[in-house]
Amino acid sequence: MRPFSYQRATDPDMALQALSAAAAANNPLTKATAQPLAGGTTLIDLMKLDVMRPAAIVDINPLARSWSAIEPGSDGLRLGALAKMSDVAAHAEIQRNYPVIANSLKLAASAQLRNMATLGGNVMQRTRCSYFRDVSYENCNKRNPGSGCAAMDGVNRVHAVLGTSDQCIATYPGDFAQALIALDAMVEITGRSGARRLPFADLHKAPGKTPDIETTLQPGELISAFSIPGRWPRSVYLKARDRQSYEFALSSAAVALDVHDGTIRDARVALGGVATVPWRAREAEALLKGQKFDDGLAQRVADAAFAEAKGRRHNGFKIALGKRVVARALQQAVTMEI
Amino acid sequence: MSEKPGSGPSGFDRRAFIAAAAGSALVPMAARAAAQDANVSAAQDPALPVDVTLRVNGKDKRLRIDARTTVLDALREHLKLTGSKKGCDHGQCGACTVLIDDRRVVSCLTLALAAEGQEITTIEGLATDDHLHPMQQAFVDNDAFQCGYCTPGQIMSAVACVKEGHAGSEADIREYMSGNICRCAAYPNIVAAVKQAAPEIMKG
Repeated sequence: MRPFSYQRATDPDMALQALSAAAAANNPLTKATAQPLAGGTTLIDLMKLDVMRPAAIVDINPLARSWSAIEPGSDGLRLGALAKMSDVAAHAEIQRNYPVIANSLKLAASAQLRNMATLGGNVMQRTRCSYFRDVSYENCNKRNPGSGCAAMDGVNRVHAVLGTSDQCIATYPGDFAQALIALDAMVEITGRSGARRLPFADLHKAPGKTPDIETTLQPGELISAFSIPGRWPRSVYLKARDRQSYEFALSSAAVALDVHDGTIRDARVALGGVATVPWRAREAEALLKGQKFDDGLAQRVADAAFAEAKGRRHNGFKIALGKRVVARALQQAVTMEI
Repeated sequence: MSEKPGSGPSGFDRRAFIAAAAGSALVPMAARAAAQDANVSAAQDPALPVDVTLRVNGKDKRLRIDARTTVLDALREHLKLTGSKKGCDHGQCGACTVLIDDRRVVSCLTLALAAEGQEITTIEGLATDDHLHPMQQAFVDNDAFQCGYCTPGQIMSAVACVKEGHAGSEADIREYMSGNICRCAAYPNIVAAVKQAAPEIMKG
Protein backbone atom coordinates (compact mmCIF):
# COMPACT_ATOMS: atom_id res chain seq x y z
CA MET A 1 0.00 0.00 0.00
CA ARG A 2 1.25 3.48 -0.82
CA PRO A 3 1.67 6.02 1.98
CA PHE A 4 -1.23 8.34 2.70
CA SER A 5 -2.11 10.97 5.23
CA TYR A 6 -4.95 10.12 7.57
CA GLN A 7 -7.40 12.69 8.80
CA ARG A 8 -10.43 12.12 10.96
CA ALA A 9 -13.35 14.40 10.13
CA THR A 10 -15.44 15.20 13.17
CA ASP A 11 -18.14 17.11 11.29
CA PRO A 12 -19.42 17.30 7.70
CA ASP A 13 -17.81 20.68 6.96
CA MET A 14 -14.43 19.37 7.94
CA ALA A 15 -14.89 16.28 5.75
CA LEU A 16 -16.06 18.28 2.75
CA GLN A 17 -13.24 20.76 3.14
CA ALA A 18 -10.62 18.01 3.27
CA LEU A 19 -12.13 16.19 0.30
CA SER A 20 -12.66 19.24 -1.87
CA ALA A 21 -9.12 20.52 -1.29
CA ALA A 22 -8.03 17.55 -3.40
CA ALA A 23 -10.92 17.93 -5.84
CA ALA A 24 -9.16 20.84 -7.49
CA ALA A 25 -6.85 18.34 -9.21
CA ASN A 26 -9.78 17.68 -11.55
CA ASN A 27 -9.50 13.89 -11.44
CA PRO A 28 -12.60 11.77 -11.76
CA LEU A 29 -13.93 10.69 -8.35
CA THR A 30 -12.40 7.22 -8.64
CA LYS A 31 -8.95 8.79 -8.97
CA ALA A 32 -9.43 11.70 -6.56
CA THR A 33 -6.34 12.19 -4.42
CA ALA A 34 -8.43 12.34 -1.23
CA GLN A 35 -10.88 9.53 -0.59
CA PRO A 36 -13.45 9.25 2.18
CA LEU A 37 -13.11 6.24 4.49
CA ALA A 38 -16.33 4.76 5.86
CA GLY A 39 -16.39 0.98 6.35
CA GLY A 40 -13.23 0.62 4.29
CA THR A 41 -14.21 -2.76 2.88
CA THR A 42 -13.70 -1.62 -0.71
CA LEU A 43 -11.19 1.22 -0.27
CA ILE A 44 -8.61 -0.54 1.92
CA ASP A 45 -8.89 -3.68 -0.19
CA LEU A 46 -8.26 -1.76 -3.42
CA MET A 47 -5.44 0.24 -1.83
CA LYS A 48 -3.72 -3.02 -0.87
CA LEU A 49 -4.10 -4.13 -4.49
CA ASP A 50 -2.66 -0.78 -5.65
CA VAL A 51 -5.80 -0.18 -7.72
CA MET A 52 -6.67 2.91 -5.67
CA ARG A 53 -3.84 5.22 -4.69
CA PRO A 54 -5.19 8.13 -2.65
CA ALA A 55 -2.66 10.47 -1.05
CA ALA A 56 -5.13 11.32 1.70
CA ILE A 57 -7.78 9.39 3.59
CA VAL A 58 -10.57 11.32 5.25
CA ASP A 59 -12.17 9.15 7.92
CA ILE A 60 -15.85 10.13 7.93
CA ASN A 61 -16.99 7.57 10.52
CA PRO A 62 -17.52 10.24 13.21
CA LEU A 63 -20.28 11.67 10.97
CA ALA A 64 -22.30 8.53 11.73
CA ARG A 65 -23.65 10.39 14.75
CA SER A 66 -25.90 12.37 12.42
CA TRP A 67 -25.79 10.32 9.19
CA SER A 68 -26.78 6.81 10.25
CA ALA A 69 -30.44 7.11 11.21
CA ILE A 70 -32.93 4.50 9.98
CA GLU A 71 -36.22 6.38 9.71
CA PRO A 72 -39.31 4.56 8.49
CA GLY A 73 -42.21 7.00 8.15
CA SER A 74 -45.80 6.89 6.99
CA ASP A 75 -44.93 8.14 3.50
CA GLY A 76 -41.59 6.46 3.01
CA LEU A 77 -38.22 5.50 4.38
CA ARG A 78 -35.05 7.51 4.93
CA LEU A 79 -31.74 5.78 5.47
CA GLY A 80 -28.60 7.59 6.58
CA ALA A 81 -25.63 6.88 4.33
CA LEU A 82 -23.44 5.81 7.25
CA ALA A 83 -25.95 3.26 8.58
CA LYS A 84 -24.31 -0.17 8.61
CA MET A 85 -25.62 -2.83 6.24
CA SER A 86 -26.19 -5.25 9.14
CA ASP A 87 -28.26 -2.77 11.16
CA VAL A 88 -30.56 -1.96 8.27
CA ALA A 89 -30.94 -5.65 7.32
CA ALA A 90 -31.92 -6.51 10.91
CA HIS A 91 -34.43 -3.66 11.34
CA ALA A 92 -37.91 -5.09 11.94
CA GLU A 93 -39.83 -2.41 10.07
CA ILE A 94 -37.58 -2.70 7.04
CA GLN A 95 -37.98 -6.47 7.02
CA ARG A 96 -41.76 -6.00 7.16
CA ASN A 97 -42.32 -3.09 4.76
CA TYR A 98 -39.26 -3.30 2.50
CA PRO A 99 -38.19 -6.97 2.36
CA VAL A 100 -36.39 -6.29 -0.93
CA ILE A 101 -34.08 -3.87 0.92
CA ALA A 102 -33.57 -6.09 3.99
CA ASN A 103 -32.80 -9.15 1.88
CA SER A 104 -30.55 -7.37 -0.61
CA LEU A 105 -28.42 -6.37 2.37
CA LYS A 106 -28.65 -9.64 4.26
CA LEU A 107 -27.62 -11.69 1.21
CA ALA A 108 -24.58 -9.50 0.52
CA ALA A 109 -21.03 -10.15 1.75
CA SER A 110 -20.48 -11.71 5.18
CA ALA A 111 -21.67 -10.87 8.68
CA GLN A 112 -18.30 -9.22 9.40
CA LEU A 113 -18.33 -7.08 6.25
CA ARG A 114 -21.97 -6.09 6.78
CA ASN A 115 -20.99 -4.85 10.26
CA MET A 116 -18.34 -2.63 8.70
CA ALA A 117 -19.77 -1.50 5.39
CA THR A 118 -22.11 1.47 5.19
CA LEU A 119 -25.00 2.02 2.79
CA GLY A 120 -23.28 4.94 1.07
CA GLY A 121 -20.07 3.01 0.60
CA ASN A 122 -22.01 -0.03 -0.55
CA VAL A 123 -23.55 1.73 -3.53
CA MET A 124 -20.10 3.10 -4.44
CA GLN A 125 -18.53 -0.38 -4.38
CA ARG A 126 -16.21 -0.97 -7.33
CA THR A 127 -16.46 -3.85 -9.76
CA ARG A 128 -15.02 -7.29 -9.00
CA CYS A 129 -13.70 -7.68 -12.57
CA SER A 130 -10.46 -9.58 -12.00
CA TYR A 131 -8.66 -7.60 -14.71
CA PHE A 132 -9.62 -4.37 -12.95
CA ARG A 133 -8.45 -5.70 -9.58
CA ASP A 134 -5.12 -7.06 -10.86
CA VAL A 135 -2.79 -4.22 -11.80
CA SER A 136 -0.46 -6.60 -13.62
CA TYR A 137 -2.98 -6.36 -16.47
CA GLU A 138 -2.23 -3.08 -18.16
CA ASN A 139 -5.28 -3.06 -20.37
CA CYS A 140 -8.20 -1.96 -18.25
CA ASN A 141 -10.09 1.07 -19.51
CA LYS A 142 -11.54 1.60 -16.05
CA ARG A 143 -8.11 1.78 -14.40
CA ASN A 144 -6.04 3.11 -17.32
CA PRO A 145 -8.36 4.94 -19.73
CA GLY A 146 -7.58 4.09 -23.33
CA SER A 147 -5.57 0.95 -22.52
CA GLY A 148 -8.14 -1.55 -23.75
CA CYS A 149 -10.17 -4.22 -21.99
CA ALA A 150 -8.62 -7.55 -21.07
CA ALA A 151 -12.01 -9.01 -20.14
CA MET A 152 -13.52 -8.56 -23.61
CA ASP A 153 -11.72 -11.64 -24.96
CA GLY A 154 -10.46 -12.95 -21.65
CA VAL A 155 -12.16 -15.00 -18.98
CA ASN A 156 -15.49 -13.19 -18.80
CA ARG A 157 -17.82 -15.64 -17.07
CA VAL A 158 -18.86 -13.15 -14.38
CA HIS A 159 -19.06 -10.13 -16.66
CA ALA A 160 -22.07 -8.10 -17.72
CA VAL A 161 -24.52 -8.84 -20.52
CA LEU A 162 -26.48 -5.57 -20.21
CA GLY A 163 -25.27 -1.97 -20.37
CA THR A 164 -21.88 -2.91 -21.79
CA SER A 165 -19.83 -0.88 -24.25
CA ASP A 166 -16.90 -1.63 -26.51
CA GLN A 167 -14.72 -0.21 -23.71
CA CYS A 168 -15.87 -2.15 -20.64
CA ILE A 169 -18.01 -5.14 -19.66
CA ALA A 170 -17.34 -5.05 -15.89
CA THR A 171 -20.32 -5.99 -13.74
CA TYR A 172 -21.69 -3.68 -11.05
CA PRO A 173 -21.26 -6.01 -8.05
CA GLY A 174 -23.70 -4.75 -5.40
CA ASP A 175 -27.14 -5.93 -4.31
CA PHE A 176 -28.69 -3.06 -2.32
CA ALA A 177 -28.51 -0.72 -5.32
CA GLN A 178 -30.97 -2.90 -7.22
CA ALA A 179 -33.50 -2.48 -4.41
CA LEU A 180 -32.96 1.28 -4.42
CA ILE A 181 -33.35 1.69 -8.16
CA ALA A 182 -36.45 -0.53 -8.23
CA LEU A 183 -38.15 1.54 -5.51
CA ASP A 184 -37.44 4.94 -7.15
CA ALA A 185 -35.11 5.94 -4.34
CA MET A 186 -33.61 9.42 -4.18
CA VAL A 187 -30.05 10.02 -3.07
CA GLU A 188 -29.11 13.00 -0.92
CA ILE A 189 -25.68 14.45 -1.67
CA THR A 190 -23.80 16.99 0.39
CA GLY A 191 -21.08 19.19 -1.03
CA ARG A 192 -19.40 22.43 -0.11
CA SER A 193 -21.89 24.41 -2.13
CA GLY A 194 -24.79 22.78 -0.30
CA ALA A 195 -27.01 19.74 -0.65
CA ARG A 196 -28.62 18.26 -3.73
CA ARG A 197 -30.99 15.38 -4.36
CA LEU A 198 -31.13 13.21 -7.41
CA PRO A 199 -32.88 10.03 -8.45
CA PHE A 200 -30.76 7.03 -7.49
CA ALA A 201 -31.15 5.92 -11.11
CA ASP A 202 -29.02 8.94 -12.10
CA LEU A 203 -26.15 8.17 -9.72
CA HIS A 204 -24.39 5.45 -11.69
CA LYS A 205 -23.16 5.94 -15.25
CA ALA A 206 -22.97 3.18 -17.83
CA PRO A 207 -19.38 2.72 -19.05
CA GLY A 208 -19.84 4.06 -22.60
CA LYS A 209 -16.57 5.68 -23.70
CA THR A 210 -15.53 6.59 -20.15
CA PRO A 211 -15.63 3.50 -17.92
CA ASP A 212 -13.33 5.29 -15.43
CA ILE A 213 -16.22 7.62 -14.59
CA GLU A 214 -18.62 5.41 -12.64
CA THR A 215 -21.01 7.85 -11.00
CA THR A 216 -22.23 11.43 -11.20
CA LEU A 217 -20.93 12.07 -7.70
CA GLN A 218 -18.19 14.71 -7.85
CA PRO A 219 -14.94 14.82 -5.89
CA GLY A 220 -15.63 16.77 -2.72
CA GLU A 221 -19.18 15.43 -2.44
CA LEU A 222 -20.55 12.83 -0.04
CA ILE A 223 -23.74 10.78 -0.07
CA SER A 224 -25.54 11.62 3.16
CA ALA A 225 -28.81 9.66 2.85
CA PHE A 226 -31.23 7.71 0.69
CA SER A 227 -34.97 8.18 0.69
CA ILE A 228 -37.51 5.69 -0.60
CA PRO A 229 -41.08 6.76 -1.28
CA GLY A 230 -44.00 4.55 -0.27
CA ARG A 231 -43.99 1.07 1.25
CA TRP A 232 -43.34 -2.19 -0.55
CA PRO A 233 -44.26 -5.13 1.67
CA ARG A 234 -44.72 -7.32 -1.43
CA SER A 235 -41.12 -7.26 -2.56
CA VAL A 236 -38.37 -9.81 -3.08
CA TYR A 237 -34.63 -9.92 -3.63
CA LEU A 238 -33.56 -13.18 -5.26
CA LYS A 239 -29.86 -13.88 -5.78
CA ALA A 240 -28.32 -16.74 -7.78
CA ARG A 241 -24.62 -17.40 -7.23
CA ASP A 242 -21.88 -20.02 -7.33
CA ARG A 243 -22.27 -20.83 -3.63
CA GLN A 244 -25.18 -20.40 -1.30
CA SER A 245 -23.73 -17.66 0.86
CA TYR A 246 -20.97 -15.03 0.85
CA GLU A 247 -20.68 -14.69 -2.91
CA PHE A 248 -21.44 -12.07 -5.52
CA ALA A 249 -24.50 -12.51 -7.71
CA LEU A 250 -24.25 -14.21 -11.07
CA SER A 251 -27.77 -12.97 -11.51
CA SER A 252 -30.18 -11.32 -9.12
CA ALA A 253 -33.56 -9.65 -9.27
CA ALA A 254 -35.21 -7.04 -7.11
CA VAL A 255 -38.97 -7.24 -7.61
CA ALA A 256 -41.68 -5.15 -5.95
CA LEU A 257 -45.36 -5.50 -6.74
CA ASP A 258 -48.58 -3.79 -5.78
CA VAL A 259 -51.33 -6.37 -6.34
CA HIS A 260 -55.02 -5.67 -5.77
CA ASP A 261 -57.68 -8.37 -6.26
CA GLY A 262 -55.25 -10.38 -8.34
CA THR A 263 -54.40 -7.49 -10.65
CA ILE A 264 -50.91 -6.02 -10.71
CA ARG A 265 -51.31 -2.27 -10.24
CA ASP A 266 -47.64 -1.37 -10.06
CA ALA A 267 -44.53 -3.41 -10.70
CA ARG A 268 -40.80 -2.82 -10.28
CA VAL A 269 -38.07 -5.04 -11.65
CA ALA A 270 -34.32 -4.43 -11.31
CA LEU A 271 -31.46 -6.73 -12.22
CA GLY A 272 -28.12 -7.37 -10.54
CA GLY A 273 -25.04 -9.41 -11.42
CA VAL A 274 -25.76 -9.08 -15.13
CA ALA A 275 -25.30 -5.38 -15.88
CA THR A 276 -22.59 -2.72 -15.73
CA VAL A 277 -24.74 -0.51 -13.49
CA PRO A 278 -27.77 -1.05 -11.22
CA TRP A 279 -30.31 -2.00 -13.90
CA ARG A 280 -33.98 -1.10 -14.01
CA ALA A 281 -35.97 -3.30 -16.45
CA ARG A 282 -38.73 -0.83 -17.33
CA GLU A 283 -39.88 -2.65 -20.47
CA ALA A 284 -40.43 -5.72 -18.29
CA GLU A 285 -42.37 -3.69 -15.74
CA ALA A 286 -44.65 -2.30 -18.43
CA LEU A 287 -45.78 -5.82 -19.35
CA LEU A 288 -46.87 -6.50 -15.78
CA LYS A 289 -48.99 -3.43 -15.13
CA GLY A 290 -52.73 -4.05 -15.21
CA GLN A 291 -52.28 -7.79 -15.72
CA LYS A 292 -53.16 -10.90 -13.76
CA PHE A 293 -50.12 -13.02 -12.99
CA ASP A 294 -49.48 -16.40 -14.58
CA ASP A 295 -46.41 -18.36 -15.63
CA GLY A 296 -46.76 -17.28 -19.27
CA LEU A 297 -46.65 -13.63 -18.21
CA ALA A 298 -43.60 -14.29 -16.02
CA GLN A 299 -41.82 -15.77 -19.02
CA ARG A 300 -42.69 -12.83 -21.29
CA VAL A 301 -41.53 -10.38 -18.64
CA ALA A 302 -38.25 -12.27 -18.19
CA ASP A 303 -37.70 -12.33 -21.96
CA ALA A 304 -38.34 -8.59 -22.16
CA ALA A 305 -35.89 -7.89 -19.32
CA PHE A 306 -33.08 -9.57 -21.28
CA ALA A 307 -34.15 -8.59 -24.81
CA GLU A 308 -31.09 -6.37 -25.27
CA ALA A 309 -28.64 -8.70 -23.52
CA LYS A 310 -25.39 -9.56 -25.28
CA GLY A 311 -23.37 -12.54 -24.11
CA ARG A 312 -19.70 -13.06 -24.74
CA ARG A 313 -17.61 -16.21 -24.75
CA HIS A 314 -18.16 -17.34 -21.14
CA ASN A 315 -21.12 -15.36 -19.82
CA GLY A 316 -23.91 -16.24 -22.26
CA PHE A 317 -25.41 -18.51 -19.59
CA LYS A 318 -26.33 -15.39 -17.60
CA ILE A 319 -29.09 -14.60 -20.07
CA ALA A 320 -30.87 -17.92 -19.54
CA LEU A 321 -30.12 -17.85 -15.80
CA GLY A 322 -31.23 -14.23 -15.45
CA LYS A 323 -34.61 -14.91 -17.09
CA ARG A 324 -35.26 -17.75 -14.66
CA VAL A 325 -34.26 -15.57 -11.72
CA VAL A 326 -36.71 -12.85 -12.85
CA ALA A 327 -39.53 -15.37 -13.36
CA ARG A 328 -38.93 -16.98 -9.98
CA ALA A 329 -38.65 -13.64 -8.17
CA LEU A 330 -42.00 -12.59 -9.67
CA GLN A 331 -43.53 -15.90 -8.60
CA GLN A 332 -42.23 -15.43 -5.06
CA ALA A 333 -43.46 -11.84 -4.88
CA VAL A 334 -46.95 -12.73 -6.12
CA THR A 335 -47.36 -15.61 -3.70
CA MET A 336 -45.76 -14.08 -0.59
CA GLU A 337 -48.00 -13.64 2.44
CA ILE A 338 -48.16 -10.03 3.55
CA MET B 1 -0.20 -1.91 31.47
CA SER B 2 0.71 0.09 28.47
CA GLU B 3 3.05 -0.79 25.65
CA LYS B 4 6.18 1.27 25.33
CA PRO B 5 5.96 3.58 22.29
CA GLY B 6 7.98 2.39 19.35
CA SER B 7 8.45 -1.12 20.61
CA GLY B 8 8.00 -3.54 17.74
CA PRO B 9 7.79 -7.29 17.24
CA SER B 10 10.37 -9.63 18.76
CA GLY B 11 12.04 -6.85 20.65
CA PHE B 12 12.62 -4.93 17.44
CA ASP B 13 12.69 -1.29 18.37
CA ARG B 14 11.97 1.04 15.51
CA ARG B 15 13.33 4.13 17.23
CA ALA B 16 16.56 2.44 18.18
CA PHE B 17 16.90 0.99 14.70
CA ILE B 18 16.38 4.29 12.97
CA ALA B 19 18.60 6.08 15.44
CA ALA B 20 21.36 3.57 14.82
CA ALA B 21 20.87 3.60 11.07
CA ALA B 22 20.43 7.28 10.51
CA GLY B 23 21.85 8.98 13.55
CA SER B 24 20.11 12.33 13.59
CA ALA B 25 16.80 10.89 12.37
CA LEU B 26 15.67 10.08 15.89
CA VAL B 27 15.18 13.57 17.18
CA PRO B 28 13.01 15.17 14.49
CA MET B 29 10.89 12.06 14.09
CA ALA B 30 10.13 11.73 17.77
CA ALA B 31 9.51 15.44 18.13
CA ARG B 32 7.15 15.67 15.19
CA ALA B 33 5.28 12.54 16.12
CA ALA B 34 4.87 13.84 19.65
CA ALA B 35 3.39 17.06 18.34
CA GLN B 36 0.55 15.06 16.80
CA ASP B 37 -0.37 13.22 19.98
CA ALA B 38 -3.41 15.23 20.82
CA ASN B 39 -4.59 15.82 17.31
CA VAL B 40 -5.29 12.79 15.17
CA SER B 41 -7.85 14.84 13.29
CA ALA B 42 -5.24 16.97 11.54
CA ALA B 43 -3.83 15.36 8.41
CA GLN B 44 -0.35 14.09 9.12
CA ASP B 45 2.71 13.80 6.95
CA PRO B 46 2.37 10.30 5.45
CA ALA B 47 6.11 9.72 5.78
CA LEU B 48 5.96 9.96 9.58
CA PRO B 49 4.69 7.39 12.04
CA VAL B 50 1.71 8.32 14.16
CA ASP B 51 1.03 7.74 17.83
CA VAL B 52 -2.16 5.90 18.58
CA THR B 53 -3.69 4.29 21.63
CA LEU B 54 -5.60 1.09 20.99
CA ARG B 55 -7.75 -0.50 23.66
CA VAL B 56 -7.19 -4.25 23.31
CA ASN B 57 -8.77 -6.84 25.60
CA GLY B 58 -9.48 -4.18 28.21
CA LYS B 59 -6.04 -2.59 28.24
CA ASP B 60 -4.79 0.60 26.61
CA LYS B 61 -1.84 0.01 24.30
CA ARG B 62 0.17 2.97 23.11
CA LEU B 63 1.77 2.47 19.73
CA ARG B 64 3.77 4.40 17.18
CA ILE B 65 2.71 3.11 13.78
CA ASP B 66 2.70 3.84 10.09
CA ALA B 67 -0.72 5.20 9.07
CA ARG B 68 -1.16 2.19 6.76
CA THR B 69 -1.14 -0.27 9.67
CA THR B 70 -4.30 -2.33 9.93
CA VAL B 71 -5.70 -3.49 13.25
CA LEU B 72 -4.53 -6.99 12.27
CA ASP B 73 -0.94 -5.85 11.75
CA ALA B 74 -1.04 -3.74 14.91
CA LEU B 75 -2.12 -6.81 16.88
CA ARG B 76 0.30 -9.25 15.31
CA GLU B 77 3.37 -7.16 14.57
CA HIS B 78 3.27 -4.54 17.30
CA LEU B 79 1.43 -6.14 20.21
CA LYS B 80 2.58 -9.72 19.65
CA LEU B 81 -1.02 -10.92 19.81
CA THR B 82 -0.66 -13.49 17.05
CA GLY B 83 -3.91 -15.32 17.69
CA SER B 84 -5.70 -13.32 15.00
CA LYS B 85 -4.49 -14.79 11.74
CA LYS B 86 -3.62 -13.26 8.39
CA GLY B 87 -5.21 -15.45 5.75
CA CYS B 88 -6.08 -13.50 2.62
CA ASP B 89 -5.50 -9.96 3.98
CA HIS B 90 -8.41 -8.83 1.76
CA GLY B 91 -11.50 -9.48 3.87
CA GLN B 92 -12.39 -12.69 2.11
CA CYS B 93 -11.47 -15.46 4.57
CA GLY B 94 -12.41 -14.31 8.08
CA ALA B 95 -9.24 -15.63 9.76
CA CYS B 96 -8.54 -12.15 11.19
CA THR B 97 -11.99 -11.69 12.75
CA VAL B 98 -12.01 -9.69 15.98
CA LEU B 99 -14.73 -7.84 17.86
CA ILE B 100 -14.71 -4.06 17.78
CA ASP B 101 -17.19 -2.56 20.22
CA ASP B 102 -18.69 -6.07 20.45
CA ARG B 103 -19.32 -6.36 16.71
CA ARG B 104 -17.39 -8.83 14.58
CA VAL B 105 -15.28 -7.26 11.85
CA VAL B 106 -12.33 -8.27 9.70
CA SER B 107 -9.27 -6.62 11.24
CA CYS B 108 -7.32 -6.79 7.96
CA LEU B 109 -9.53 -4.10 6.38
CA THR B 110 -9.73 -1.92 9.49
CA LEU B 111 -7.13 0.82 9.84
CA ALA B 112 -5.65 0.92 13.33
CA LEU B 113 -5.96 4.73 13.36
CA ALA B 114 -9.68 4.45 12.65
CA ALA B 115 -10.09 2.03 15.58
CA GLU B 116 -8.73 4.42 18.20
CA GLY B 117 -11.22 4.92 21.00
CA GLN B 118 -12.93 1.60 20.37
CA GLU B 119 -12.80 -1.64 22.33
CA ILE B 120 -10.98 -4.40 20.44
CA THR B 121 -11.46 -7.98 21.64
CA THR B 122 -9.25 -10.73 20.25
CA ILE B 123 -9.12 -14.47 20.77
CA GLU B 124 -6.56 -13.80 23.53
CA GLY B 125 -9.20 -11.85 25.44
CA LEU B 126 -11.88 -14.57 25.57
CA ALA B 127 -10.69 -16.93 28.29
CA THR B 128 -10.87 -15.91 31.94
CA ASP B 129 -8.08 -17.12 34.22
CA ASP B 130 -7.77 -20.84 33.53
CA HIS B 131 -11.24 -21.23 32.08
CA LEU B 132 -11.79 -21.41 28.36
CA HIS B 133 -14.67 -19.39 26.97
CA PRO B 134 -17.65 -21.70 26.29
CA MET B 135 -17.10 -21.31 22.54
CA GLN B 136 -13.43 -22.29 22.84
CA GLN B 137 -14.42 -25.33 24.91
CA ALA B 138 -17.11 -26.26 22.39
CA PHE B 139 -14.57 -26.16 19.54
CA VAL B 140 -12.34 -28.54 21.54
CA ASP B 141 -15.26 -30.81 22.49
CA ASN B 142 -16.50 -31.06 18.90
CA ASP B 143 -13.12 -31.36 17.20
CA ALA B 144 -14.13 -28.30 15.19
CA PHE B 145 -10.80 -27.85 13.40
CA GLN B 146 -8.00 -29.71 11.74
CA CYS B 147 -5.06 -27.41 11.00
CA GLY B 148 -6.42 -24.71 13.31
CA TYR B 149 -5.40 -21.69 11.25
CA CYS B 150 -8.94 -20.38 10.78
CA THR B 151 -9.99 -21.30 14.33
CA PRO B 152 -9.40 -18.00 16.19
CA GLY B 153 -11.42 -16.18 13.53
CA GLN B 154 -14.09 -18.88 13.58
CA ILE B 155 -14.40 -18.63 17.37
CA MET B 156 -14.59 -14.82 17.44
CA SER B 157 -17.15 -14.89 14.65
CA ALA B 158 -19.12 -17.64 16.41
CA VAL B 159 -19.29 -15.70 19.68
CA ALA B 160 -20.76 -12.74 17.80
CA CYS B 161 -23.05 -14.98 15.76
CA VAL B 162 -24.62 -16.29 18.97
CA LYS B 163 -24.93 -12.84 20.57
CA GLU B 164 -26.58 -11.46 17.41
CA GLY B 165 -29.24 -14.16 17.76
CA HIS B 166 -28.20 -15.93 14.57
CA ALA B 167 -27.49 -19.36 16.03
CA GLY B 168 -31.09 -20.51 16.35
CA SER B 169 -30.84 -23.23 13.71
CA GLU B 170 -28.17 -25.07 11.77
CA ALA B 171 -29.23 -23.21 8.63
CA ASP B 172 -28.81 -19.87 10.42
CA ILE B 173 -25.41 -20.86 11.76
CA ARG B 174 -24.22 -21.87 8.29
CA GLU B 175 -25.52 -18.64 6.76
CA TYR B 176 -24.16 -16.31 9.44
CA MET B 177 -20.80 -18.11 9.72
CA SER B 178 -20.24 -18.00 5.95
CA GLY B 179 -17.65 -15.23 6.32
CA ASN B 180 -15.21 -17.68 7.88
CA ILE B 181 -13.64 -20.07 5.43
CA CYS B 182 -12.21 -23.38 6.69
CA ARG B 183 -9.95 -24.89 4.06
CA CYS B 184 -9.90 -28.20 5.99
CA ALA B 185 -13.72 -28.17 5.71
CA ALA B 186 -14.42 -28.78 9.38
CA TYR B 187 -17.79 -27.12 8.83
CA PRO B 188 -20.08 -29.83 10.27
CA ASN B 189 -18.10 -29.83 13.50
CA ILE B 190 -18.00 -26.02 13.61
CA VAL B 191 -21.79 -25.95 13.32
CA ALA B 192 -21.99 -28.51 16.14
CA ALA B 193 -19.67 -26.42 18.32
CA VAL B 194 -21.69 -23.24 17.80
CA LYS B 195 -24.89 -25.14 18.62
CA GLN B 196 -23.36 -26.51 21.80
CA ALA B 197 -22.01 -23.19 23.06
CA ALA B 198 -25.01 -21.03 22.13
CA PRO B 199 -27.27 -21.73 25.14
CA GLU B 200 -24.43 -21.24 27.61
CA ILE B 201 -23.38 -17.92 26.02
CA MET B 202 -26.96 -16.65 25.89
CA LYS B 203 -27.38 -17.57 29.57
CA GLY B 204 -24.46 -15.23 30.20
